Amino acid sequence: MISGAEIMVKCLENENVTIAFGYPGAAICPFYDKLHNSSIRHILVREEQNAAHAASGYARSSGKPGVCIATSGPGATNLITGLATAYMDSIPLIAITGQVNSELLGRDVFQEADITGACESFTKHSYLVKKTSDLPRVFKEAFHIASTGRPGPVLIDIPIDIQQNEIEEFIYPQKADIIGYKPRTQGHALQIKKALEAIETAQRPVICCGGGVVLAGARKEMIAFAQNSGIPVVATMMGIGVISMDSDLYLGMIGSHGRTCANRTVHEADLLILCGARVGDRAVSAPEQIAEQAKIIHIDIDPAEIGKNMPVHIPIVGDIRLVLGELAEKVAHHSNSEWIDHVLSCKNAYLPRGEARTDFVEPRVFIRDLSKMMQENAILVSDVGQNQIWSSKNFNVKEGRFLTTGGLGTMGYALPAAIGAKLAKPHRQVVTICGDGAFQMSMCELGTLCQYEVDIKIIVMQNNRLGMVKEVQDMLYCGCHEATILDGNPDFVKLAQAYGIEAASATNNEEAKQFAKQMLESKKAYILVCHVDPDTPSI
Amino acid sequence: MKYTLSVLVENQPGVLSKVVGLFSRRGFNIDSLAVGITEDSTISRITIVVNGDEYIVEQVEKQLNKVIPVIKVKTLNTSGEFISSELSLIKVNCNTKQRAEIMKIAELMHARIVDVSTSSLTLQYADTPENTQTLISLLKPYGIKELVGTGTVAIEKGASTTRKQTN
Repeated sequence: MISGAEIMVKCLENENVTIAFGYPGAAICPFYDKLHNSSIRHILVREEQNAAHAASGYARSSGKPGVCIATSGPGATNLITGLATAYMDSIPLIAITGQVNSELLGRDVFQEADITGACESFTKHSYLVKKTSDLPRVFKEAFHIASTGRPGPVLIDIPIDIQQNEIEEFIYPQKADIIGYKPRTQGHALQIKKALEAIETAQRPVICCGGGVVLAGARKEMIAFAQNSGIPVVATMMGIGVISMDSDLYLGMIGSHGRTCANRTVHEADLLILCGARVGDRAVSAPEQIAEQAKIIHIDIDPAEIGKNMPVHIPIVGDIRLVLGELAEKVAHHSNSEWIDHVLSCKNAYLPRGEARTDFVEPRVFIRDLSKMMQENAILVSDVGQNQIWSSKNFNVKEGRFLTTGGLGTMGYALPAAIGAKLAKPHRQVVTICGDGAFQMSMCELGTLCQYEVDIKIIVMQNNRLGMVKEVQDMLYCGCHEATILDGNPDFVKLAQAYGIEAASATNNEEAKQFAKQMLESKKAYILVCHVDPDTPSI
Repeated sequence: MKYTLSVLVENQPGVLSKVVGLFSRRGFNIDSLAVGITEDSTISRITIVVNGDEYIVEQVEKQLNKVIPVIKVKTLNTSGEFISSELSLIKVNCNTKQRAEIMKIAELMHARIVDVSTSSLTLQYADTPENTQTLISLLKPYGIKELVGTGTVAIEKGASTTRKQTN
């Protein structure tokens, strides 16, 4: 005989799960009891939302679904923001929640919450397991759904009695067979032919690289397509890092906070090739107008994204890695040198913003300095707010990664996500940049990184403001700084010391550079506080 | 314009809420909804009538396809002709003097009289939404005490069917 809890652990082991992030409670205790003797390493976070963020960082860094665990009721509801964040960014997660006894469901007993109901619009799929014998199939399906097609979070809610009940034997299914779920992987041959023809006749083509390229692991294919075609490339925030800023034809990030030359190129193009980009409002402000002037090729694994935010002329549904691979192989080199010269002159006219300061740390200059000091394959995790814009525009990703939440824009994401990213890739340098606002949202996770000796480097841009909101107030609300001044900030260096974490505080760019060197050389976690002028703009 | 969507789903708990929830949170309005079993007991059919333009219907169809237990979605308006029908039970005010008149209307419209009392008459009617509207307007002058209607169900004309994909 084998209990539901044991089955749950065996399912995870069968899916090669080696790390899970979670926070226990009464309703999930049977599972934790069996987890104790398993090969899975459990990371106890300090708040459930951060379990989901850490699992997201782990998933993005490892390429495997991240696993997060919480108990019923408040544990489960705390997970929601993390799941919604992963859903918007299409990150594969498995969320396991304990639930009250199945016979008590719906009676509003202690720590009961209808979590599958609450998460309906934040998950790719969810299960409320009613029979112990269903567990193997549910886990198999959940991992399949989370990691294939357009990835996303899948929630498995398991009542305590289902974890306790025993069945005869455990058989893990070989494969998941879901009748209504067959994601298309190969691009349609005729559509690819049409795309190649459109590329051949275009005068002013541009490629837009989105987060889908990263998710599909299509970096190599993207670079080959850009090189073989000779077409300039722009990226959305989630597409940053696929092509290095050093590459000739890469123009940088588009969007409301993007580079002028990248935005201008998109608006002047006669052919826009969208690759795994969902044309979010922050990336493209006038999609209709662009579609009037240019022919649009849209490649995406999710058919629902095609035509949702922008009219499309040539849709290609499929795995972007396969589609780009085929395009890279068959595309002819584009020969309109006039267009390329025009685009490059626009790119070269760009001057990096900001100058090193002696009274404050100028964050944009500092991030450019840091970028040069970091390892080629380092992972930079940025939070949300001004720090996200400073990082996305000034950090040069070479062989590494740039992780941030572009969709939901959840403050407090960076620290837990960096913990997850580091645990997935222990030999890579992981640096996180956050503001003093966001840092305080997930500061409790300093305990987690101490407990498990996670060597991540944390840069806190301290301006004692909620900088991005303050900027909006300055622009649109006559500079009335209601609720954006962070009086009462602690001394973050002392705080770090209380945890036994090495820390330093920099008040000018020279100092920041020196401490950054020290920080990167350290073998342990490190917090570098940079004092930033509250009036430093995002762009 | 009104569009009729035929949606095949796995017959399991929670599917209806997944489908209906999708409409409200994306701001699509449902005109009518009917759920019933199919020739295969593991599969149910949801027939949804939505009011909207081509963009909305395309989005509805694509978003429905993303719901995991949804097996197939077909917008009947775009795939050819179809027959639609709804069932109504209509309780009308009816004194003994009016009874003959109302019975005439029922006969004309092919409605069945399923209950009668000294002050009321109940009709059962199964027909297209248009004909149902005609019957209701004919009965209105007598005073409709209660109207109970199902959502529209629809089926394609001829031999073609909306069945699960074989590929």
